Amino acid sequence: MSNTTAPNTKEKKRSGIWSELLIPALAVLSGLILGAIVILVSGENPLVAYGALFEGSFGNPLDLVEGLQVYFATGETKELLRAIYPFTESLVTATPYLFAGLSVALGFRCGLFNIGAEGQFFIGALCSAFVGYSIKGLPMIVHLPLAILAGALGGAVWGMIPGYLKARFGAHEVVNTIMMNWIAFRLSDWLLNGPMKSSGFRPVTPNVMETAELPRFFPDPLRFNLGFFLALLAAYLLYWFLFKTTLGFEVRSVGANPDAAKYAGMNIVRNFVLVMFLAGGLAGLAGTAQVLGVDHWVGQGFSAGYGFDAIALALLGKSHPFGVVLSALLFGFLRSGATDMQSMARIPIDIISIIQGMVIVFIAAPDIIRWLYRIREVKKEEAVLTRGWGS
Amino acid sequence: MKKLHFVMAVFVVASMVLTACGGGAGGGDALKVGMVTDLGGIDDKSFNATAYSGIDKAIADLGIEGKYLESTQQSDYAKNIQQFLDEDTQLIVTVGFLLGVDTAVAAKANPETKFAIVDYSYPDCFGDGVEGQTCGSASEIPNVLGLTFQIDQAGFLAGYAAAGSTKTGKVATWGGINIPPVAAFMIGYEKGVDYYNEENGTEVEVLGWSNEANEGSFIGNFESLDDGRATTESLVQEGADIVMPVAGPAGLGGAAYCAESGSCMVIGVDTDWTVSASEYTDIILTSVLKNMNVAVYDTVKAVQDGTFAGGLYVGTLANNGVGLADVKGASDELKAGLDAVRQGIIDGSIATK
Repeated sequence: MSNTTAPNTKEKKRSGIWSELLIPALAVLSGLILGAIVILVSGENPLVAYGALFEGSFGNPLDLVEGLQVYFATGETKELLRAIYPFTESLVTATPYLFAGLSVALGFRCGLFNIGAEGQFFIGALCSAFVGYSIKGLPMIVHLPLAILAGALGGAVWGMIPGYLKARFGAHEVVNTIMMNWIAFRLSDWLLNGPMKSSGFRPVTPNVMETAELPRFFPDPLRFNLGFFLALLAAYLLYWFLFKTTLGFEVRSVGANPDAAKYAGMNIVRNFVLVMFLAGGLAGLAGTAQVLGVDHWVGQGFSAGYGFDAIALALLGKSHPFGVVLSALLFGFLRSGATDMQSMARIPIDIISIIQGMVIVFIAAPDIIRWLYRIREVKKEEAVLTRGWGS
Repeated sequence: MKKLHFVMAVFVVASMVLTACGGGAGGGDALKVGMVTDLGGIDDKSFNATAYSGIDKAIADLGIEGKYLESTQQSDYAKNIQQFLDEDTQLIVTVGFLLGVDTAVAAKANPETKFAIVDYSYPDCFGDGVEGQTCGSASEIPNVLGLTFQIDQAGFLAGYAAAGSTKTGKVATWGGINIPPVAAFMIGYEKGVDYYNEENGTEVEVLGWSNEANEGSFIGNFESLDDGRATTESLVQEGADIVMPVAGPAGLGGAAYCAESGSCMVIGVDTDWTVSASEYTDIILTSVLKNMNVAVYDTVKAVQDGTFAGGLYVGTLANNGVGLADVKGASDELKAGLDAVRQGIIDGSIATK
């Protein structure tokens, strides 16, 4: 993993990574501890709760051993599949988080606060679904990329509008991305009840063709699919773009100091529009991965707020693509494991939101963590996450 | 201080390590029942809450082991059903038509497990529907019981009561989304008003729904209290003084408007709103009851007794599956009229749809 601040010596670099990881890790730990206290206060046993959370997100190691034994003895895969189901399901949940988190992180890098990921998510999903079900008779090699492209493009256009409004008229992107969210929600309400409604009375789209589905690696009910690896690829490409290309350098320069960037001859307007276009595309891909990989149709309540969680996630990942990968995995495991926690330990799933919220508080105020755990502050340049209202 | 931090850290790490032994479920051989909610969540004071109260009652009366899983997005439906299957749950209750496809798929793959689905039934594949995709099943599934309700019967009574209580001569209704389970309330409602007019020579008008056009006012969702409030306000401005919102939680927006303006009364749906939304008791005329709790409880009991059979349960006025709560300020004449209508519907002499 490379570092944004690029220290000179190798040793310095390594300690830099550790200190970068230390605060988020301690924030997560503190969030879990406080979560445990909340569970305790509500009269349940936190050990049982976190045990179920762990088992729900990673699976039971004993089941895995048993599954492997059965597989090697008889060639029967059923037990084995059952044992890896929780783990694969966590990766499935992490996939949209990953795409959406990258979207918000990219915005932060350019000093833009993209709260519109949720709307872009919906638009991306609807575009992919439309291409997925309306075009028939294409081979998969053409149809699937086309459906993916449609989702990315839909989200990108949805993101570019606030980007353009900011660049051209100075309208603040926070306000405009929120407004675009509402337009997206109501638009999808209308589409699902009208033009995109499938036959029958349910307000949902038809299923996408099999040729537009992201291939799954295991038989039902395992839903683990290619989307996860596409998300990892996107994370790598974003890293490459931000840190290895001239354009990426411009984006980061504009984010760090727009005035200096302008003085250096960089085109601020073009960067704002470009970044919002790309960020929208990434959030759109989150919806695409969900519809083509998991659901195969879009209905009301298609998203559980991935776009909003993504803001927290990008902060936790320090807006670095690899950091986002780690935090998306964390959120995926928490969310997915919550099902088991809810069922086996009877803890409401809302506790996960509490833990996530606390983690974010600690991330936003790292001094609390430093004080709690007696960590001395390491002097280094902080990347500017976002500019205030006045910019 | 430092020690405290250390203890807490150890505490959490231990919780992670101990997980391998954390899973063992107790409970012996009590019947295991699980319910999967739709997006409304378990505390929606309406649909899911009512269905679960049936399971709650079964836990108390029959000694079963019951629990629920909340869905926060559509991909949770299959996952939550799978969770119960993995725990060897014997009866899985799913709530709402949105779970129609996932329930059918799971039921076919697990013929030993019993399922019940509220507000849905099979076969549901007609025309160009594809089994397991756009619809659940083209045939009846032997291990699934569809819990449906002839809510038009109760809606009819509500329409009759509204027509007998209005002072402006106009009553109204509006819905969340135009789907059969919602429209059924409104169809019965208008029929009930028509019947009252015929009997008493009045000319009470219905706003927000027309059986002739098979169309009405819909806000397009079940969540937005703002939409509910705005629709109620516009119907009241057109002259209605009684409004029946068929939209789950969104209907409470209408109740809030009536409570603030004092210019209208509402008719609750699904549950008795004087209980579930008691802050609005003053402006609740009556409630159209869809006794999902009774249906769910009876289903659990049937599984316990070994008499469970798949197919279709239809809640009616006759079997107390649907009903009408007490009507506020009803005259003796209206009460007598309602009793007569109820009898007429049960013996089939009055058509409600």
